[in-house]
Amino acid sequence: MREGKIKLSSDWNKDLKIKFTIQDPCNLVRKTFGDSVAGDMRYVLKACVGEENFVDTWPNKSNNFCCGGGGGFLQSGFKSARQDYGKIKHDQIMETGAKYVITPCHNCHSQVHDLSIHYEGGYECVHLWTVMALSMGILGPDERVYLDANLSECGINECTLPPDE
Amino acid sequence: MADAALKLGAEPKTTFLDKVSDLLPEQGHLNLCLTCGACSSGCPATGLEGMDPRKFLRMAALGMDEEVTSTPWVWMCTMCTRCVHACPMQINIPQLVFQARKSWPEEKKPRGIVQSCKAAMIDKATSSMGATSEDFVESVEETLEQVRSQQRGYKDLQVTFDRKGAKYFLNQNSREPMAEPDEMVPLWKIMHEAGADWTYGTAGWAAENYCMFAGNDEEWEKIVRIKAEAVDALGCEYWLNTE
Repeated sequence: MREGKIKLSSDWNKDLKIKFTIQDPCNLVRKTFGDSVAGDMRYVLKACVGEENFVDTWPNKSNNFCCGGGGGFLQSGFKSARQDYGKIKHDQIMETGAKYVITPCHNCHSQVHDLSIHYEGGYECVHLWTVMALSMGILGPDERVYLDANLSECGINECTLPPDE
Repeated sequence: MADAALKLGAEPKTTFLDKVSDLLPEQGHLNLCLTCGACSSGCPATGLEGMDPRKFLRMAALGMDEEVTSTPWVWMCTMCTRCVHACPMQINIPQLVFQARKSWPEEKKPRGIVQSCKAAMIDKATSSMGATSEDFVESVEETLEQVRSQQRGYKDLQVTFDRKGAKYFLNQNSREPMAEPDEMVPLWKIMHEAGADWTYGTAGWAAENYCMFAGNDEEWEKIVRIKAEAVDALGCEYWLNTE
C-alpha cells in the first residue's frame, strides 16, 4: 500500500457507512510484533472501510482481551467454558456497535463467529483479505460467505464478468 | 476459599513450581508475586473451574502440586499472556500453565487436541486435519481453474508449488483448502495485484501446530522443523504465516 502497488478505496462504504472493528490476535500482536503491527492493521482497515467507519475496541492492541479461540481451546471439547470465556470479547464487540469484526487469525475467526451465533450478537466476522479484496474491486461472488446481504453484491459486476477473450 | 488452614508438609520438597522455575529465563519471575490480582482481574478465564491466574500461581507457590497439575483449567487458559502484560513483576504464569499441561498423562489430555497433533504427524503436510500434500494441490488447482474461467482479469492467475527462489513462502491453515477453498482466492488476487513473488510448498504448508497446544514438545519441534526445512529447501527469503 505504502509503495502504491495496491490501491484500496473506501468509496463503496461512503453511503453504506457500515461499521467495522478489529480483533487483535494475541499471537500476532501482544506475543510477537506488538503495537506497531496493530497500527499497521488499522492503517489498512481504515483505507478499506473509511476512517469514520472504523470503531476500535477498548482495551485494544497489546492490551486486548483474548477471544478464547487460541491455545487449542477450539478443539479441547470444553465448549461452554470456551463460550463463557468469550463473553468478555463479545461484550467488547457489542460496545463498538460494529457490524463486522476483522479477525486476521484463523482461531479468532472461528471463535468470534461462534460467539456471534451463541450470544446472538448479529455481527459478522471476516478475514482482512476479504475486506481488502472488496476495497480493490476484486472480491469474487464465491468469496463472500461471511458477508451479509448488504455486501453480497457490492462491486460484484467488476469481477463476475466472463474473462476477456 | 479453604475452610480450614492448609497443612504444609514439614519436609522441604522440590515443588512443581521449583521445577518450572529452573526451566525459565530468570525463573519466570515465579517467586516475585505481590498477590495484587492484576492478572486475574483482566483474565477472561477467571472463574472457570473455580480458578484464576493468581490462585493458580499461589497454589503452585504453596506446593499444591496435585491440584495444580490436575485442574482442567490449564486447558481453558489460552496462554494469551495478557496476565504477563498486566503484571507489575512480569510473572510468566502462561509457562506455568503450559508445563502443567505437559504433566498430564497423554490419555487424559483433551482428545481433540491430541488427535489434531497426531493427525499432523501423518504426512509432511503437517495438517491437523490429516490432509495430505496431494489433497492441498488438488484443492488449490480446482479452485484456481474456477477463478480463471469465471473472473475477469484472472485468466492467467498463477499459483505455484515448490518454486525455488521465490521470495515468499506462503502457508495456509488447513481449513481453507479442505473446507472453504474460496477463502484462499482473495489472498491470491491481492498477492497478484501487488506483484509479489510467492509460492506454496507441498511440504509443511499447513499453518497450524496443535502439538504445541498438546504440550508435546517433541512433535511440536518436529513440525516446526519440517516447515522451516521446506522454506529453506526452496531458498525463500520470507516465510509468510497467513491469517
